[in-house]
Amino acid sequence: MTEFVQYLATGLALGCTFALVASGIVFIARVTGIVNFSQGIFSVLGGLTAASVVGAGLPMAVAVIVALIVSVVVGVIAAIVIMGRRSTGHDSSMIISLGFGILLYAPMVMIWGDQPVSLRGLSGTFSLGGVTLSYQYLLIIGVTLLVFAGIALFFSKTYLGKALTASASNPESAEVLGIKVRRMGVIAFVIASMLGAVAGILLMPIQPMAFNSDVSLVLNGFAAAVFGQLTRPGRAFAGAMILGVAQSLTAGYLSAAYQLPVALVILILVLVWQSRRKVLVA
Amino acid sequence: MAAIIEVEDLVVRYGSALALSHVSLSIEAGEMVALIGPNGAGKTTFVKTVAGVLRPASGTVAVGGSLGVVLEGRQLFNDMTVEDNLRLGAWRSRNRDPARVYEVLPDLRGKAKQLAGNLSGGQQQMVAIGRALMSDPDVLLIDELSLGLAPKVVAELVEFITRLNRERGMTVLLIEQSARVALGMCDRAYILDSGSVVTSGASDHLIANGVVEGTYMGTGTQEIIHD
Repeated sequence: MTEFVQYLATGLALGCTFALVASGIVFIARVTGIVNFSQGIFSVLGGLTAASVVGAGLPMAVAVIVALIVSVVVGVIAAIVIMGRRSTGHDSSMIISLGFGILLYAPMVMIWGDQPVSLRGLSGTFSLGGVTLSYQYLLIIGVTLLVFAGIALFFSKTYLGKALTASASNPESAEVLGIKVRRMGVIAFVIASMLGAVAGILLMPIQPMAFNSDVSLVLNGFAAAVFGQLTRPGRAFAGAMILGVAQSLTAGYLSAAYQLPVALVILILVLVWQSRRKVLVA
Repeated sequence: MAAIIEVEDLVVRYGSALALSHVSLSIEAGEMVALIGPNGAGKTTFVKTVAGVLRPASGTVAVGGSLGVVLEGRQLFNDMTVEDNLRLGAWRSRNRDPARVYEVLPDLRGKAKQLAGNLSGGQQQMVAIGRALMSDPDVLLIDELSLGLAPKVVAELVEFITRLNRERGMTVLLIEQSARVALGMCDRAYILDSGSVVTSGASDHLIANGVVEGTYMGTGTQEIIHD
């Protein structure tokens, strides 16, 4: 029983890491309708930037600030490139987002090389009732809860959050009211990029990252976001927890090699279920 | 009196397709004017161009005041509350308190927390008008006021818009397919067909010329008597 609770706790912590990546995907999809497959690259870039700053002897707080500044710049560039022209469709933007991520591989290899880089996080572990978790995981859980509470409050309580939602809900109507829909899209990309950077900085101490680590990050993040139909943060969070626990139990009772296939199977099942539901509703 | 809306020689294209061809019209402050036309005449293209959503290929659109727009089909943010819809109408304004709209549309106050998408068509049209009023516009541009609404609801809306015009001096440009509603409500009208203004004049004059039947029945220009 203790073993199961341990796997459960580790799974929930792992799920929080997926949720952080999913939060950026949901943010962009909710505002622009675009599925951003380069969300993982924001995390990798944020983590690698922070690692370099810490490596230069500067404090972690400075590393976080520098990583966030870099993410703002990259977020603006990503928005311009991925959203394209007014006539660019969402399907085209989705493909461009894949290309944008791969395009960034080259400069990242030039700067950080092709080997995984790590970052020092919180050391030590926390035990309760026979269940042990590292302080870094506890930090991730805490930050994830704060991020999702912040997103929920942002969209439901702030004027800017409502304007961002309106831009996705009815772009033409929003434009007529004077809401610059493309500008809202850029804001969404910038916020998502910053969320991605935070995810990368938190993940790196437990999961060293190389230039191409974005693939597994975005896969799990996307699977979690799909639970929330890409636009509902609360459901995406729940989806991330289900994924995390499923992968943790798989690794514990079967083999860690089956973790990714489990994520893929769950993703496919959710997509099939959602499409069947859409057909039945229609 | 100076024109508050002046459209000159307006041409709008969708790619190679011509949507509006050399449209000109002029509306003075405080007037209530209709632009009438059948489906596909270019009415909505005209609205979007005046609202700044579409760019003209040539010609000019000059609006000498702030503009509140009600788009065809209401176009509300259906998954948001009535109050949120109203507040977003004041995006360009500093005053985002919907109290001033509740004063003129008191029925909306009781529905403030309801999702806009759950309201009836008439109620949604009220919200759309209220949202346009949130920007305290000098000109109210309404695309298809009566579309899909029961005659009783249309009559209430017409009365409300007329009151806004008479009591507040708000300029109204009504874009309508229903000539009966438009000519009964506005003093003057332009008739648009196939992207061009085919005739214009006082409503009484247009009715007397038999234009009403041609446009209201949606039979196009063949029944319109040109000036």
